[in-house]
Amino acid sequence: MLGTGILKGMAVTAKNFVGSYHDSEHPLTTSEYPEQRIAPKENARQFPFLVHDTEDAMKGLRCVACQICEKECPPQCIYIVKSKDKRADYKGQMQLYPVTFDIDLSVCMSCQICVEVCPFEAIKMDTEFELSNTDRFGGLLVNKHQLAKPNEHYRKIHPTEAAVSDASLAVEVAKAQAKAKADVEAKAKAAAEAKAKAEAAAAAGPIGTAPTAPAPKPTAPAAASAAPPAA
Amino acid sequence: MPLETIEQILARAEAAVPGAQLTIVKNDSPCAQHSLAVDVEHAYAVAQFLRDDPQLRLDYCSNVTGVDYLDAELSEKVKVKKLVDGVEKEVEEVKKTQRAGYLEAVYHLYSMALKHGPVILRQRTPGRADPVRVTSLTPLWRSAEFQEREVFDLYGVLFDGHPDLRRILMWDGFKDYPMRKDYVEPDDYEYEPTPHDEVLARAKAHQAAREVGA
Amino acid sequence: MDAPANRTVQSVGQGREGELLEVAMGPQHPSTHGVFRMDVVLDGETVVKLKPVFGYLHRNHEKIAENTSYLGSMPYTDRLDYFCSLSNNWAYALSVEKLAGLQVPERAEYIRLITAELTRVLNHTCLVGFLLQDMGALGTPLMYAFREREKILDLIESLTGARMMCNYMRFGGCRCDLPAGWLDEAKKVVAEYPRFLDEFDKLLSGNEILMARTQGVGKLSAELAISAGITGPMLRASGVDYDLRKVDNYGIYSRYPFRVPLGDHGDVYDRYMIRMLEMRESLKLLEPALNDIPDGPVVDPKAKLRGFRPKPGEAYGRIESPKGELGFHLISDGSPNPYRYRVRPPSLINLTILEDMCLGQTIADAVITLGSVDIVLGEVDR
Ligand code: SF4
Ligand code: SF4
Repeated sequence: MLGTGILKGMAVTAKNFVGSYHDSEHPLTTSEYPEQRIAPKENARQFPFLVHDTEDAMKGLRCVACQICEKECPPQCIYIVKSKDKRADYKGQMQLYPVTFDIDLSVCMSCQICVEVCPFEAIKMDTEFELSNTDRFGGLLVNKHQLAKPNEHYRKIHPTEAAVSDASLAVEVAKAQAKAKADVEAKAKAAAEAKAKAEAAAAAGPIGTAPTAPAPKPTAPAAASAAPPAA
Repeated sequence: MPLETIEQILARAEAAVPGAQLTIVKNDSPCAQHSLAVDVEHAYAVAQFLRDDPQLRLDYCSNVTGVDYLDAELSEKVKVKKLVDGVEKEVEEVKKTQRAGYLEAVYHLYSMALKHGPVILRQRTPGRADPVRVTSLTPLWRSAEFQEREVFDLYGVLFDGHPDLRRILMWDGFKDYPMRKDYVEPDDYEYEPTPHDEVLARAKAHQAAREVGA
Repeated sequence: MDAPANRTVQSVGQGREGELLEVAMGPQHPSTHGVFRMDVVLDGETVVKLKPVFGYLHRNHEKIAENTSYLGSMPYTDRLDYFCSLSNNWAYALSVEKLAGLQVPERAEYIRLITAELTRVLNHTCLVGFLLQDMGALGTPLMYAFREREKILDLIESLTGARMMCNYMRFGGCRCDLPAGWLDEAKKVVAEYPRFLDEFDKLLSGNEILMARTQGVGKLSAELAISAGITGPMLRASGVDYDLRKVDNYGIYSRYPFRVPLGDHGDVYDRYMIRMLEMRESLKLLEPALNDIPDGPVVDPKAKLRGFRPKPGEAYGRIESPKGELGFHLISDGSPNPYRYRVRPPSLINLTILEDMCLGQTIADAVITLGSVDIVLGEVDR
């Protein structure tokens, strides 16, 4: 019958209208922003920020100014100037640091490629999106002071990811410490061996020279072992 | 029914279109989609053969592309026999050949009726100097209409026999062909907050110009 | 350059000056789905000539990609057809995998199928909403469609981090694994979806006004559709059985049964119905895939993120995107950037026969014919 299609359609709209207020399974889908806010999804990404570990944000930046992200960023919106001097990073290794680190948010397309390519877990995605500004250029060009955020912030917004990142950093630090320790031990061992050799050599050589010799140096055994033929 | 090998297609196309100069362009990537290069004069006849042959029936032209190759020096390692200190020896030499640049129109053909493909057809122009002409295949496949217009627009290849060859993406008054490898961008600098590298150099030039002008 | 002169009104309306009216519809017109212009010549209300004009959104995506690394182009593919960024990602990743010979792990194949089918449902949902909007059913169907779309977008956001610009697939797999609990949420959405489709069917499919408005409008014959390289739901509405998911068997589509809906008349109504039916088929694919997904890695360990340089060669890869055949033609010369990067845009090629479909119809029918083509200007103009 002509018109049944229309009547059926009207029934659907009526049901939806009433249902959005009274059907608990299919409630209203909109919310009143900004009074009501929906928490961002854990994976949500907006713009990058720089992670720092210590109280002093500028001292604790993880970024070592390797410029990989600057090179890989597809729209080229990162700008880095390397430092001339070095300072110790979280592993205790001497590294460069960024004197300038600017990101132009008006160009950034939130693609997350900088995060993926960074080998130092230094740059991560933030979930902050209310960045409207009256200055189109300057206002959206953020420097390293504005970009730096503590690791706690990262743990808060991306807990799962941060756990993985923290774990891998912990492994790195442990490795670095183990290596440092091994280095120290190896040095000590080498030194001890050298000392023993030197002593042995000195015992064979003329009395009076070796015992007063200073802390063993790598060259000492050679000099000492060269002595006997002369004696 | 599986598609014939490219060699078989080539042999049959040569038999069907006398005088056509067909060559196989090898593709070294793992997918091994080899293609047929055809001379511009016989492109239409060969394409018609590919479309109407009952075993091929390539009734669907999926993709039309232009490619630009600049003049280049190709170096190839060849083994030559030479007299070295009176003894004949085999020596590896790097042979350098000059390759003249050319433009290319590439057609990816499939068959909707027999559900096979692709057969790739390439038309190469003798050189890069304007005007570069190839044969339009729009009368055979309507789908080439907009795509050939696009190749004309971005590469400046003229398609003989195209019904409506106009610019499609760029505006009508635009002069150059932006997809060519030797295209130079116009110097229409806009202020950018983080200029670096080439952009920084350009920004400085503009800055200087402004100061001089002020 | 001696390009043929622009054909103008005069050549069509010889001797009838003053009777024909030339109208530029767009580029800012609510029915043109973006910045798109139709130069129409009207005899009364009848279309006697129609020329689509585009390029307002042209940014030379292909040139940008040729100056960017292979990885760097991935986020740009999101912006082609911004409704279906996951399909675009897949098409590009597939082409690069063909070029470099990378393998995709099992789990990643499942994720790709799931996300691509979700994208198809999402795209078709929006399209039927927009199509009804074009017909004058202002608001209601589009808002219902957007309400459902949002559920899928929520899923996509919790997986990829962004609602529309996903940048999710990588050469040889996907960027990250599914978050905890994602599969259950997805199953819930998929199970709930038919309710919306039934409702939409009740609301519209049998509606007399819709039928009167769309049946017999914008007809396209199978022969012309094949010759003009029309793909996707538009081709199948004309009765040609050609779906790349069946023809090419890419990914893991051959593992699950699904049907390819075909139309009889090739008119706007058929195109609308094909999309409604395709959504149901996609849901049928999603259900078992969500149950069967195996554990394992999501990316080929051989695939390198930085310093990726495929060997010289070329490849053409294509997938069935919601709008038709989306293909990427890549030529590598061994450097980190592609030597040639070409997108085969289904939206652009499906517009080839817009004039043929609209001639002799009224201008209002031209609007819904354009709506049924399903274009996104980000992809048409690139
Ligand atoms: S953020 Fe990471 S990739 Fe970028 S310069 Fe710093 S350390 Fe290198
Ligand atoms: S998110 Fe993407 S665009 Fe933004 S700074 Fe990082 S790499 Fe560049």
